[in-house]
Amino acid sequence: MTVILGQTFTGVSIGAVLLLIALGLSLTFGQMNVINMAHGEFIMAGAYTTYVLQKSVSDAGLSLLVALPVAFLVAGALGALLEWLLIRRLYLRPLDTLLVTWGVSLMLQQLARDVFGAPNVQTRAPELLTGHITVVGGADPLTFANSRLFILTLAVAAVVALSLTLRLTPLGRRIRGVVQNRDLAEVSGISTERVDRTAFFIGSGLAGVAGVALTLVGPIGPTMGTNIIIDAFLVIVVGGIGRLRGTVIVAFVLGIMQSVLEYSTTVSVAKVLVLVAIVAFLQWRPQGLYTLRTRSLV
Amino acid sequence: MTEPTSAPGKGNPLKRAVPAGRSARAAAGFAAAALALFALAPLALSDFRLGLLAKYLCTAMVAVGICLAWGRGGLLTLGQGVFFGLGGYAMAMHLKIADAGPGNLPDFMQLYGTATELPWWWRPFANPLFTIAATVLLPMAVAAVLGSFVFRRRVRGAYFAILSQALAAALAIWLIGQQATTGGTNGLTDIRGFFGYDLDDPVNQRMVYFVIAAALLLLVALARQLIHSRYGELLVAVRDSEERVRFLGYDPANVKLVAYVVAAGMAGLAGALFVPAVGIISPAMIGIVPSIEFVIGAAVGGRASLAGAVLGAIGVAWARTALSEEFPGAWTYFQGLLFIVALAFLPGGLASLAGVVKRRRTARPTGEPAPALPLGEAA
Repeated sequence: MTVILGQTFTGVSIGAVLLLIALGLSLTFGQMNVINMAHGEFIMAGAYTTYVLQKSVSDAGLSLLVALPVAFLVAGALGALLEWLLIRRLYLRPLDTLLVTWGVSLMLQQLARDVFGAPNVQTRAPELLTGHITVVGGADPLTFANSRLFILTLAVAAVVALSLTLRLTPLGRRIRGVVQNRDLAEVSGISTERVDRTAFFIGSGLAGVAGVALTLVGPIGPTMGTNIIIDAFLVIVVGGIGRLRGTVIVAFVLGIMQSVLEYSTTVSVAKVLVLVAIVAFLQWRPQGLYTLRTRSLV
Repeated sequence: MTEPTSAPGKGNPLKRAVPAGRSARAAAGFAAAALALFALAPLALSDFRLGLLAKYLCTAMVAVGICLAWGRGGLLTLGQGVFFGLGGYAMAMHLKIADAGPGNLPDFMQLYGTATELPWWWRPFANPLFTIAATVLLPMAVAAVLGSFVFRRRVRGAYFAILSQALAAALAIWLIGQQATTGGTNGLTDIRGFFGYDLDDPVNQRMVYFVIAAALLLLVALARQLIHSRYGELLVAVRDSEERVRFLGYDPANVKLVAYVVAAGMAGLAGALFVPAVGIISPAMIGIVPSIEFVIGAAVGGRASLAGAVLGAIGVAWARTALSEEFPGAWTYFQGLLFIVALAFLPGGLASLAGVVKRRRTARPTGEPAPALPLGEAA
């Protein structure tokens, strides 16, 4: 029983990481129908921000707290810059955008290599997050690591904040309007250009926050973005675009699947099995779990 | 894509019908390429450079498939490494078995010391004829199964690109995980023979080069036939307006499937010939990064033009070697820039450069901007 609970918890925490990464992605993909391959490098930017801040602020707990908003701003600014420089010029060419942003991601990786060096670096986790909570004691204990719980909390907070923003604020209303019908939004007096840039800023900023979270569970390196981004894209593909609900559900389902399959087989077999499951799922729902219903044929 | 007024752009290199006299020019170009590959290059290049060229030509073979699937069919396949890898591993498995000699295990299996006999899925590859067939048919079969699932359910555009990329990641991870039977991260290395010919002998290396050059020309001719057939027209139509093709009574899924499967077979053959040319195949050559690098050559040269894709692939591969020799770190920046410039500002690739310049010049007096190049993406 504790094994099942333990694996489920591991799965949920993998899901939380996936969710944090995919959240920003779902916003930018849903907003502009753009697959931003440099999203992984925005995560990396967030992680390196944490690293730099810890170097200058010695207190691990304080630097982590400061890193959250700073990483959001850093990654968000990078995203807004990318949108302004390149993506808005590639409007209606989503596949080309995918490859262009891949080029950007290559350059950012090399930049990180030149600035911080090729080897991975590590941050110290604050004291509070190094321990674990014992849920079931005894001979076969079940423990939840504090850092994992923190990431879970962060992911939930990010989802709540984002969905409240989308639902309640004027900005959120504009974003939803543009996602649902860009032309109609434009003729209603919404500056879609500005909405695009803001959405891109928020989405990329969320990647920065995900980067801060990742420093707690792994090393920071120039290629950390590429290793994780494909899983996040799969979350979006399976969850469906333009809806947060799908992203949230699928992130946790894939996380738990991954963890359970890894436990019963091996890491590599688990990856393959998850992919097979995704292809099978797309047979059933080719547009993902939740989609915006439109009358268009495409 | 759903715009009712998207009349075919005049002077658009991607949509223009083949003018008369084009095929004569193509034949001349083909002859020139054959001359360069079979006469000039072997005379002018050292053995080492010729070996490198053989490697580039393998990349170009993959690019031919990408030109067909992506340039003509709009299928951005970021997983060609999978098919390249299937072909490569199939060939490498046979060559390893042949190197080890009858009754012996390939060297790396003895090294890891777990297996006492060949795994069952290695055994068929002891047969050379089976191997040669498998290098092409196995990738095609995998592409056919995956493609028929995916295209029939109308998974397309970026969704398809991501799925194909995930496939490349999954295969690479799986190969790394099965170290005892696949060589893991190292891959299958140290291949010494090629169907009885010793690969250490420079003469045999040259022979491999000639085989590769011939295979590339064959694939280009095949792709050209396909592109200029009725099927080729249909493929472009599916790229530009899938729904209209559907309304005309065709099944776009089948049209796409053929392009995808043919591209997979070409990548498989390229992988198979890559192994004797380079002597190694490993997960690092088939994962996400190499898969996307296959695309960049075609994109730079011109995705919809066969000559552009082939020359682009060779050029990018050459630039990679040249730049990495001189400035190791700079290559990555340059490659990133290539992606950005080629795709953001010159979507038709270098092949469209002449046309773009001409249109700019003619458009300038009236003050009209040059017409955009609609590449007919499925959004």
